[in-house]
Amino acid sequence: MIKIKNLHASIDGKEILKGINLEIKAGEVHAIMGPNGSGKSTLSSVLAGREEYEVTEGSVSFDGKDILELSPEDRAREGLFLAFQYPVEIPGVSNINFLKTAINETRAYKGMEPVSAKEFLALVKEKSALVELDSKLANRSVNEGFSGGEKKRNEIFQMAMLEPKLAILDETDSGLDIDALRIVANGVNKLKSPNNATIVITHYQRLLDYIVPDFVHVLYNGKIVKTGGKELALELEEKGYDWIKGEFKV
Amino acid sequence: MTTAELTKKDKFLTVFSSLDFKSEPEHYAQLRKEAEAELLTLDFPTSKTEYWKYTRLGKITNNNFQIGKVEQVDIKPFLIPNLDANLLVVVNGFFMEELSQIASQNGITVSSLSKAKTQNSTVFAKHFNQYTQNKSELFLAINNAFHTDGIYIELAKNTTAEKPYHIINITTENNSISQSRNLFVSSAGSEVKIIESFVNANGSENFINNVTEIYVAENSMVEYNKIQDKKDTNFSISTEQVYQQANSNFAINTATFNGALVRNNLNIEVDASNCETSLSGLYLGKNKDHIDNHTVVDHKKPHCNSFEVYKGILDDESTGVFNGKVFVRQDAQKTNAFQQNNNILLSDNAVMNSKPELEIYADDVKCSHGSTTGQIDDEAIFYLQSRGVGRKSALNLMINAFAKDALEKVTIEALQEYIDAKIEERFA
Repeated sequence: MIKIKNLHASIDGKEILKGINLEIKAGEVHAIMGPNGSGKSTLSSVLAGREEYEVTEGSVSFDGKDILELSPEDRAREGLFLAFQYPVEIPGVSNINFLKTAINETRAYKGMEPVSAKEFLALVKEKSALVELDSKLANRSVNEGFSGGEKKRNEIFQMAMLEPKLAILDETDSGLDIDALRIVANGVNKLKSPNNATIVITHYQRLLDYIVPDFVHVLYNGKIVKTGGKELALELEEKGYDWIKGEFKV
Repeated sequence: MTTAELTKKDKFLTVFSSLDFKSEPEHYAQLRKEAEAELLTLDFPTSKTEYWKYTRLGKITNNNFQIGKVEQVDIKPFLIPNLDANLLVVVNGFFMEELSQIASQNGITVSSLSKAKTQNSTVFAKHFNQYTQNKSELFLAINNAFHTDGIYIELAKNTTAEKPYHIINITTENNSISQSRNLFVSSAGSEVKIIESFVNANGSENFINNVTEIYVAENSMVEYNKIQDKKDTNFSISTEQVYQQANSNFAINTATFNGALVRNNLNIEVDASNCETSLSGLYLGKNKDHIDNHTVVDHKKPHCNSFEVYKGILDDESTGVFNGKVFVRQDAQKTNAFQQNNNILLSDNAVMNSKPELEIYADDVKCSHGSTTGQIDDEAIFYLQSRGVGRKSALNLMINAFAKDALEKVTIEALQEYIDAKIEERFA
């Protein structure tokens, strides 16, 4: 589904990603773990198309398309979704209205008719139930006045509405209590299918008890330094990141 | 004396000598004379005049204006769709009876200002010019001395206007000057909603200097909605003097869509207890528009609330000015005053000058004010894009969201829709 080859990226002239190689197939869940500053969030930002980052080398092909050439909105329309580590509050813009715009612009991009009001409302009802998001929240301004847990649930709600092929969850577990974590993880698991894939970026192993990965990659100093099965996450949890740091001293 | 040179102000005032007010009753002629006397002591503000610091008047003071004429104008372009209202039309400061449509209602007097002067009305005489004399503001004094005509609306005790009044105040011609003047009196327990559209039918560099006095008696309610849409080649200075009595409710909503020079002086005197005052404003500047809102709320008595929100979006090389002053006098305990000014600059060359001010002499009050000026939040744009919303739609969503809630206090649905449509049209 996605092939990342020798990806180098920098911000303000400072190189953060130093040659990432990663291939993800449909139906798989990949976890990317790593200490602070290893480049986890940079990787998600580069994939989603954040302007501040400059790709200096390498390629990313998503279902055969070079997505580095696409605008952030076109990447989303192609089926890429980023759940933000810090979801943005947008006063005055209604959650529902903007999602309708997003869905209809995506449909137009694919040459499809806009969604009917009735269909859309049914979709909102179904998907908000999936993440136990109060329908009142769905109607409010985007993330405005939401608690940390509500913001993260809203991310998964949007993901459910947009039905991406590849979802990147950027530290979705950060700041969540165990109940919120369970709700979020449940939502993600219910959305899993043989046709889509998920990248879970996290610092902690905890989330991976709920969203069980097929592969675990350890990112350190801008490179994937270790790849294994879900047991690698447990090993990391036990030995700590110093184990990695010691092994891969720069 | 004969050697004294004419000042710029004297030259400016000569244009009014062609106006003939001889047929007016003595009382009103006298008021004009008093204003002329005050004019002798006043001059054009300069950049050193604090109150006019950010608004240069050269475009007006160096112009050669002629008095605007009575002219038939097609009012269709200025109607608000789906609005069921009484229509009052003023062209270049003159009331146009044949273009107006007024449904008569018991307890409501509606006429031209000039007619009201001749009707021996004690209510009119009591309030007219009562709130505008000797305020040491040149343009106010000019209007006091040389206003032509405008609208008088009076509601008798406990009368609720069935329909809103829509005044269409039109200017025409190049370099014309008009001085319209309104008085609205809502007697105790009455209720009225008024819309005034300040528009331009043709011509550029025309100038309107409008004054509106509003008397809000005990327990009455007045909503005054001002639409300023005179294209970006014309000039407007307008002054509202509002006087509120006990338990009254006054709301003013000002939407300014353009203007080479727009200056609004809004002065509200809250002179009794338990009043509600709301001031809302939205201004959208583009090209070289200059839009200046000066507001004063003067809380003189206890237990009153005032709520003020002005929002601006400035593009290109446009300039915005906001100066909001709230006085809380010593007697005005338990005042609750809120004031906010938020601006978005869409271009590097747009400028906003914002000065919120509180002057508090009472010790048991709740007052807050704030001002923000910034750009559209890039992070929010990226967030919307990352969901599949195109960059342009994302910008529109955000601008519309910012602008639309500025005038949420407008209670006339057709007007609300009209304003929303104009905002959307601007940023489409």
